[in-house]
Amino acid sequence: MNDTVRQFRDFFVSLKLTVVLLVLSMGLVFAATLDQVNLGVWAVQAKYFHSFFVLWKIPGTDVPLPVYPGGYLLGGFLLVNLVSAHIYRFKRSWRKSGILLVHTGLMLLLVGEFLTGILQEEYQMALNEGQTKNYSESYRFNELVILDTTDPKFDDVVAVPEALLTTGSALQHPKLPFRVVTKEYYPNATLSLRRGATGENPSLATAGIGPQITATPQPLTYKQDERNWPVVFVELLGPEGTLGTWLLSPQLPAPQTFDYGGHSWRLALRAERAYKPFSLTLLKFTHDVYLGTDIPKNYSSRLRLTTPDGKDDREVLVYMNNPLRYAGLTFYQASFDPSNDHNTILQVVRNPGWLLPYLSCVMMTLGLVVQFGIHLLGFINKRRAVPATPA
Amino acid sequence: MKKAVVLILLLLALALIAKSLLPARNPGAFDVVGFSRLPVLVNGRVKPLDTVARSSLLVICGTTSNDSSKSSLILTPDKRELNPNEWLLDVLFRPAQADTYQVIAIDNPDLLTLLNLRREEGLADRRFSFAQVEKSLAEIDRQARLTEPVEPQVRSAFQKAVVQLQSNIILYERLKESLISSDSQNFLAALFAFQNTLGASVEAVRAKQAGQPFDADAAQKLIENGQRFDQMARVGYLLAVPPVKGEADTNGWRNAGTALLETFQTGQVNPHVMAYAGLGHSWAGGNATDFNTILRLYRDELVKSFPLALAKCTAEARFNAMKPFNTAMTLYVLAFFVAVFSWLKWPAELGRVAFWLILAAWLIATAGIVTRMWLEGRPPVTNLYSSALFVGFIAVGFCLGLEYFYCNAIGSVAAGGIGFATLLIAYYLSLGGDTLEMMRAVLDSNFWLATHVVTVVAGYGATFLAGFLALIYIVRGVFTKSLDQPTADALARMVYGIVCFATLFSLIGTVLGGIWADQSWGRFWGWDPKENGALIIVIWNAVILHARWGGLVKQRGLMCLAVFGNIVTAWSWFGVNLLGVGLHSYGFVESTFLWLILFVLSQAAFIALANLPLERWRSFRQP
Repeated sequence: MNDTVRQFRDFFVSLKLTVVLLVLSMGLVFAATLDQVNLGVWAVQAKYFHSFFVLWKIPGTDVPLPVYPGGYLLGGFLLVNLVSAHIYRFKRSWRKSGILLVHTGLMLLLVGEFLTGILQEEYQMALNEGQTKNYSESYRFNELVILDTTDPKFDDVVAVPEALLTTGSALQHPKLPFRVVTKEYYPNATLSLRRGATGENPSLATAGIGPQITATPQPLTYKQDERNWPVVFVELLGPEGTLGTWLLSPQLPAPQTFDYGGHSWRLALRAERAYKPFSLTLLKFTHDVYLGTDIPKNYSSRLRLTTPDGKDDREVLVYMNNPLRYAGLTFYQASFDPSNDHNTILQVVRNPGWLLPYLSCVMMTLGLVVQFGIHLLGFINKRRAVPATPA
Repeated sequence: MKKAVVLILLLLALALIAKSLLPARNPGAFDVVGFSRLPVLVNGRVKPLDTVARSSLLVICGTTSNDSSKSSLILTPDKRELNPNEWLLDVLFRPAQADTYQVIAIDNPDLLTLLNLRREEGLADRRFSFAQVEKSLAEIDRQARLTEPVEPQVRSAFQKAVVQLQSNIILYERLKESLISSDSQNFLAALFAFQNTLGASVEAVRAKQAGQPFDADAAQKLIENGQRFDQMARVGYLLAVPPVKGEADTNGWRNAGTALLETFQTGQVNPHVMAYAGLGHSWAGGNATDFNTILRLYRDELVKSFPLALAKCTAEARFNAMKPFNTAMTLYVLAFFVAVFSWLKWPAELGRVAFWLILAAWLIATAGIVTRMWLEGRPPVTNLYSSALFVGFIAVGFCLGLEYFYCNAIGSVAAGGIGFATLLIAYYLSLGGDTLEMMRAVLDSNFWLATHVVTVVAGYGATFLAGFLALIYIVRGVFTKSLDQPTADALARMVYGIVCFATLFSLIGTVLGGIWADQSWGRFWGWDPKENGALIIVIWNAVILHARWGGLVKQRGLMCLAVFGNIVTAWSWFGVNLLGVGLHSYGFVESTFLWLILFVLSQAAFIALANLPLERWRSFRQP
C-alpha cells in the first residue's frame, strides 16, 4: 500500500472524521429546524436532508452556492467512516461486541432513512361516510389528465405530472390526436370570476370555463395547513390548428369536456392519484372530545375493504396509533374535516423500508446496554476490590 | 459543636417535612376544607373543588414571577384575607360580594386606558375587581372580536392582553353560574317553590297550549325558570352533578343547569343541585351549623355511589395543600449549601447530612410524582410541567448513586442544584393553571408515554447532570484550590459515566419516538422540530463519547463539551417549543425565550472560563 492510499484510508478510518461529521450533522439538523419557520417541513427536507449540498442563492441572482454539506453527503461519509473503521481499526473482541452492535444498527438506520427518502410515497384518502374509493391522492403534487370517455365502459386516461407543465413546454402522446402546449403555468394562484369590466386583460383561455375566470398568481406558501393551488393554461393543437386554450386548476370542481375527432374528451388538473387493486368504503367516522373541553379524545374510521376478485371483503377499524397495513400500504388516521363530522382523511403510505428502523432500534439498544453494562460491571468490581479511599 | 450542627440541620429538615404533613385547617366555623374536597368534572377530569379554586385563581390573577406571595392574596373590601376555597365559595354562592374582590389581573397599560382604570386603583397595582371592569364588558368583547382574525403568534402585547382578559372574565362569569343562578336572591327558596308548584305550572302550560283557561302566573313562572336553568346549562362551568349510572360513566357528569332542565321530565329537582343550593344558602346566610350538616349528609350520600371519585378528590386536595414539591425544593437548597460547606469543613459528617437531606427531598418529590400518576392514571410525563419534575427525579436519582459510590459530596451538590432548578422550572410552568391535563388523541397512549417520553426525558436529566458536574469541576477548579487531582479524576469519571447513560436513554428514547411516529403517522422520521431536538442531544452525546475515545479532548475538553450539552438539552426541551412563538413573534419576546437566551449565555461563559489557561486556575497550580 503506498503512502497516498494509506493517508486516504487513515482519513476515512479516523475518529476525528467521525467527530467532525457528527458536529456537522448537528449543525445541519439545527439549521434545518430553524428554517422550518420559513420553509415548512417538506421544503426543508428537500433542501437540507435529501440533498448533497445545502444551496444558497446569492441574493438578487439565481446562482446557487453550496454552503454546507447536505444530508446525503454527511450520511454517506458517516457510513463510509463507520464501515472502514470496522474493517481497519476495530479489533473484534467480546469487549467490543456492544459497539459492533450499535454501529451495525446505526448503519441499518442510515440505509433505512436513505431508502425511505427515495422510495416512500405519501398520499391521502379523503372519504365521506358511504363513499368508496379505489385511489388515494397526493396532497402536494398534481397531474394534468386527459380522458377519452367515448366508450361508456371505460375511460382511457393520459396523465401528465405537474412538473412537466412548465411554461412553453409541449407534449405529444401516442394516445392523443393533438399536442398539449403549456402556454402559462402558475405554481400557486387564486381564482375569481370575471365581472366583465373593461380594462381587464383578456384571458389566455378561449375554451371551457376559462374565459370567465381570472387567475391571479400568488407566492408559494410553505405553511403546514395551506397548500399551493396551481393554475395552468394549456392549448391543444391538432393537425389542422388550435382547438382552443383551457384554464385548468384543481380548484375547479369538475373536469371540462369537449369533442374532437369523433371522441368525447375530458380535461382536468387534479391531485395526483395512485390507484389501488382494492377499494375502501367509509362506514362510520367517530370523533370524541373530553367532556367539557375541545381536546380531541379519539378519532376512528370503520372501513370496508373489498377487492374486485372478491377474495377480501371485510370491515377494518383504523384509529390513532392503530393503522391498517394492507398490500404494502399503511393507512393511518390522519385527520378529518372539522366542518363535517362524517368524513375522514387517511394517510396512505408506502414505505418498503419500514422494518429497518425497528431492527436497528433493537440492535442499538442491545448494543448500548451490553457495552455500558460491561463498563459498569468493571467499575463496580474495581470499587469492590479496592476499599473506597477518601478522595 | 459538630454534633450540634448536625442535629440542628436534621431537626430543621424534620420540622419542614412535618409542617407540610399538617392537615389543612378550616379558617372559621365553616367546613371549607370538606367543601373543597367535593368532586366536580372540569376540563375532562374529575377533580376536587380545591383544584378548581387554585387553578382558576392562578389564571385569573395571572401570577407573575416577582410577587408570587402577594398575588395569591385575596382581600375582601373590609380587608379580611381569604383562602382560595373561601374565594370560590363566595364566587359560587355570594356573587355580588365576590364581584368586589380585586382578583382580575390587568397589566397592559393600553388596556387599562381603554377600561378607564389607573394602576393605583388596583390591588398590588395590577388586580381589579369584576365590579371595576363590568362597565367595559362590551368594549372588551369588541376588542376581542377585532383581535380574533389575527393569528395568535403575531398578536401584539395589547391584543394578547385583551384576549386573556376576555377569557378570564368568561371563566369568572361561568363560575358564577355554576351552582346557583347568579341573579336569584334566594335560589334555595326558588328551587323549593319550583318543585312544589311544578305540577300546577305544567298543567297551566298544557292548558294554555290547548287553548283552555289557565293560570297565567304559574305558566309565566315555569317559563322564567326554564329560561334561567337554560342559561345556567349553557354557561355553567362546573360539571358538579355526578352521573346517574354511577362512577364508571365518565361522560355522565353535567352542570347544575342541565340537571335542573331534566326536572321537566323527571318531576323531581335533582338532589345534588338541591344539596349545593342548600350549602349556598347557609354559606350566604352565615349559618355554619347548617352548612356543615348539609355537607356531612351530602358527603355520606356521595360516598355510597362514588367512593373512588371522593377518595381521589380528597387525596388531591390534600396533595394541593401539602405542596410536596415546595418542601422538596427547600430541602434541596438546604442540602446544596450543606454539601458545599462540607468541602470546607467536616467533610464526613456534613457530607452524610447532605446525603440524607437529598434522599429525603428526593423521596418526597418521588411521592409527589407517584401521587400525580395515580390521580391521572398515566405514566409520569404527560406535559412540560411533569417533564420538569421527571428530569429532576432522574438527575437526582443518579446523584444519589454517585454519592453512594464516591462519598465526596459532589453528587449531593449536583443533586441540590439540579433538584432545585428543575422544581423551580416546574413551579413557573405550573402558573398556567391545572397541571393535570387531558391528553390529545394522538398522545393518548400509555404505552408510548411510558416508554418513549419517559426515556427521552430521562436522557434530558442525565445530560443536564453531566453538564452540572462539569460546572462543579470548572467552578471549583477556577475559583478554589479544592480541586486536587483525585477529585478531578473522579469528576471526569462521573461525567463520562453519566454521558454514557445519557446516550443510552436519549438514543433509545429517540428511536422509540420514531417507532411511535411510524405507528401513528406512517413515517419513522419526519424531521419535525421536536424530533430534531431529541436527535441533536443524541448526536451531541455521541460527539462527547467519540471525542473522548479518540483522545481529541482531555479532562477540561470533556467538561466543556458536557457544559455545551446543557445548551443543547435546554434548546431541545424549551427552544423548539418557541419556534412558532419566540423566534417568530415581532417585537414581543416571550419570557421563556429570554430565560433560554440567558441560560445559553451563562453556559457559554462557563465554557470560556474553562478555557482560561491553567496558570490562571487556582487549582492545579504548581507549588
